Parts: sequence; structure tokens; C-alpha cells
Amino acid sequence: MADLSVKIGALDLKNPVMTASGTFGYGLEFADFVNLEDIGGIIVKGTTLKPREGNPYPRMAETAQGMLNCVGLQNKGVDYFCQKIYPQIKDIQTNMIVNVSGSCCEDYAECAARINELENIPAIELNISCPNVKQGGMAFGVTPDGAASVVKAVREAYKKTLIVKLSPNVTDVAEIARSVEAAGADAVSLINTLMGMAIDIERRRPVLSIATGGLSGPAVKPVALRMVWQVAKAVNIPVVGLGGIMNAQDAIEFLLAGATAIEIGTANFIDPAVTVKVANGINEYLERHGYKSVNEIIGALED
Amino acid sequence: MKKYILDLTVSSAEHLRDSYILLKLTQEAPLPEMLPGQFAELKVDGSENTFLRRPISINFVDITANEVWFLVHEVGEGTRKLGELKRGDKLNVVLPLGNGFTLPASVEEKILLVGGGVGTAPLLYMGKVMSEMGCRPTFLLGGRSACDVLQLDMFKEYGDVYITTEDGSEGEKGFVTQHSILSSERFDRISTCGPKPMMVAVARYAKSNNITCEVSLENMMACGVGACLCCVENTNEGHVCVCKEGPVFNVNKLLWQI
Repeated sequence: MADLSVKIGALDLKNPVMTASGTFGYGLEFADFVNLEDIGGIIVKGTTLKPREGNPYPRMAETAQGMLNCVGLQNKGVDYFCQKIYPQIKDIQTNMIVNVSGSCCEDYAECAARINELENIPAIELNISCPNVKQGGMAFGVTPDGAASVVKAVREAYKKTLIVKLSPNVTDVAEIARSVEAAGADAVSLINTLMGMAIDIERRRPVLSIATGGLSGPAVKPVALRMVWQVAKAVNIPVVGLGGIMNAQDAIEFLLAGATAIEIGTANFIDPAVTVKVANGINEYLERHGYKSVNEIIGALED
Repeated sequence: MKKYILDLTVSSAEHLRDSYILLKLTQEAPLPEMLPGQFAELKVDGSENTFLRRPISINFVDITANEVWFLVHEVGEGTRKLGELKRGDKLNVVLPLGNGFTLPASVEEKILLVGGGVGTAPLLYMGKVMSEMGCRPTFLLGGRSACDVLQLDMFKEYGDVYITTEDGSEGEKGFVTQHSILSSERFDRISTCGPKPMMVAVARYAKSNNITCEVSLENMMACGVGACLCCVENTNEGHVCVCKEGPVFNVNKLLWQI
């Protein structure tokens, strides 16, 4: 068995496989299918300071090798998370990470401060890239100054590992990444979904309730991989790669492109046990090539 | 209930009428317990433009043969691909998912099960479980034409069957809510599954006659386990996942205009 452990900021992961926010619930939904403690990190669904009902149905459209969603950050708010969810997940022996979203810097910071108090939550992933909410969300993530302002506010309130999730819906993702690094992020994760659309030609209407949504799944993988590769070269903090990872081969591509860890999202819907299979597949690859540690292949593209 | 990912074997794939396939699946080990009204997520391999699983109601569980049945209406690329399955093929399924229909509290309770089109599928298993409890439900099954009313012989084993078709090719002509049985008999509870306009009409009938009514929804799903929040229905408790909190709901919980 190769050494699969990696480090993200102060966070020790037993393997580089994490789950993408919004695709794995609070982990509990998948406990019948996988041993949650075999996953390097579980990033639970987006949490905001106040409860959010999200967007109206329909929120999902299947597309060629992908899916669009416009869930819109439905969640019961950080108080509910702290009181009702946290007690159920705090003893799961892996990194339970909360994805934090908001509509202004103060909300982000206050939500992060509340989660800072939870002993067994070692990190947050800051969502400055949700394409499905009108205010905040992606609005922060598309300019270097906007991204820096929210990261600075959260950095003051949050003392543990801070991962910032970046939007692909920008001209120069490396510039945004450098900006959040300078503002105090411990790591960046990318990509969030790509903004897209689907139309029902019989009804001459958009399929999704708010017309547009975020595209995920295998269709976005080449774009995600390219962006991870660009960002890994642009920053000195660890990069977490995600976007259309369906199997170990996809995951290894991201590691070679410079990602220290990866997140699995949409693939959980097709195979609820995929996370553990990917971790095992990475190990097999390392053994087959005679690597002792996964760290040997991170960013190890041949020139 | 514990959920499983299973690689099942197709023991029979029978095309019923035009565009329906009845898949009977089995495995060596005993199948897990499943309740009427629950569903499974069927993996579709080799489809070019779809890649999500298809949520399909549990049509029947044959404990003696260790089989679970799925009645699939071939309406899109994913379900058409399922329609190509042959005896001996493997099919990966996740089950059992969601919550089933309310079972009768006593044998005296008079239950009406109303199904439309492929929505009749889960009612067959409901009928079987009820008959094992000593109950005899009334089935009211509707379709556009006789082609859409399937598995009649089996329904007749478990209850009294009444039919409507829109073209009058089988049973009474019209919609299920126009069937004469509704004015001649009185029921304590109605469970229904089918197209939404039909279920709304059934819910209206139930409301005006003060009968408890539960409906089985089929909102578009991705994960099937309450993680992605795509299949939500608006309820008196806000948006809830049909896959996890449903697919069966008491209609009073929904914000339908009835």
C-alpha cells in the first residue's frame, strides 16, 4: 500500500479524495454505501448564516455527459447545522469540512465564525462561486478585488484551514487564485460549476426554473483540468481539483496537473460508492508505477 | 431501511404492448426488504446523452423467485436503453429508496388504489402486500387506451379492478375520476400514482369526500438519496426532497391547488 496521505494547510488527509459540496449531503446519506472514514475529507452541503429555500423546481437538467443544476444553496442555516447536524457528524473519523456561502462579507464572516467554534470541523470551504444565487455567491468570485475582500473578512473570523472555492466563469482564474492567496486563503479548490442552460423546444422555455444553472459532470472535466493546471502554477498554496472526476484515472490526471487533493461530485449520483473506489485506484496506480507516496505524482507532469 | 448497491441479473425482460418493458431481476443472495411505493435507481449503461440513473418504482417483489420487478415506460433515451436489456444481462441498482404507501391499519379499512399509465406499477406490489395482510383493495386503473393498462391478470388476483380509458377501448370511457365506482362506493383512504393532472383530480375527489389521500410524485431526480436537492417539492414545511421524504406524500402536506 502506497502512502496516500496529503496535507492541505493544517489539514491531514488520509487520502486525497474528498466529496464536493452539495453532492454528498452531510455524508450520512451515503453511510449505507461506503465507510465514510475511508474518505479523505467530506465537504458537506453549502451553509449560509440564515436559512435559504433555494430556487423553485425544476432545478436539474440532464445534458450530454453532464447535468445542470440551479438548487440555489437551499439549507437550513448555520444555527440548524450547529445544533442538529453537527452532533450527528462530529464523531465521524475523517475531515468533516463545511462549505460556507453568503450574500455579503459580514454574513460570510459570521457564518465562518460560528463554524470556527465547532471543535471537530477542521476546515471550511468558502463558496465564492455559486452561479445560482442572485446576490453574493459568484458575484464575489469573478473579480480579484471581490474575492479578496470576502476572503479577508473570513480570514479574520476563521482560524482553521480555509479553502476558497473558485468559479470557472472568469477570464483569468489564475489572477483570482493569486488574489485569494494574498488575502489569506490556505488553499483553493476549483472548479465550481460552469454556467449553462438547457431549453425545452416543445414548450419554448428554459428547462430550469431560473433559466440558467451550473454544469457539472464529465462534460466539464477538460476545462477543469486546464484551470487546475494553470492555478497550480500560479500559486504556492495547495490546489484542490474538481470537475467531472468519475474514476481514478480522472483523479490522477488532476493530481498530475498539480492538485494536492481532489473532490468527487456528480459521480456520487451514478455510483454512490465511487469515492472509495477512486482512493483504491490511486493506490493501485502508485504501486504499479513504484511510487511510495501520492505526493510524488502531485504536479509531476513531464516537461 | 438500509440501502444497497446491487448488481442484479435480468431473469426476464418482457416487452408489454408498445413501449413498456417488464424487467425481472434477481441475485443469488436474498433480496433486501422493500416496501410498496418505494423505488430504485437503475444504472443505464451505453446511453450517449444520459448518464444519470433512472428512478423506477418497485413494481412487484416475488419472494419465492427472489425477484424484484420494474415496469419501465420507454419514453426517453435512458429508458429506451433499459428497454434493450435481455435475459442474463447485469443491471446495477440502488434500492430500496424513499418511503412507501401507508398500509391499512385494519382489514376493515377500505382502500382505493388509483393508477394512471406506468403509474399503476407500484400499486401491484401494494396490492400484493395488502392481500397478504388479509385486505382486498379496489384498483382503479386508467390509460389513454387499452394499450396503457397493463398486468391486469395480476391486479385481479389481489383486488377488485375497475378501468377507464380515454378512448373507451377498455373499461369505462373517460378519466379515472369519472368512473362510476366513485359514486357507488365509499372509501377510507386513497393512494394514487400517475400523471400529475390525474393525481390532482383524484386529490380533489378525495378532498370533497373527506377521504385521506396520498400521492406518489415523480419529480426529476439525480441522486435519489436526498443529497443533491434537485427533486424538491414545495410543501407546508418548505422545499423537501421527493426522493427522500417521498415519493409518497399525504396530499395535505403539498401546496397543490385542490
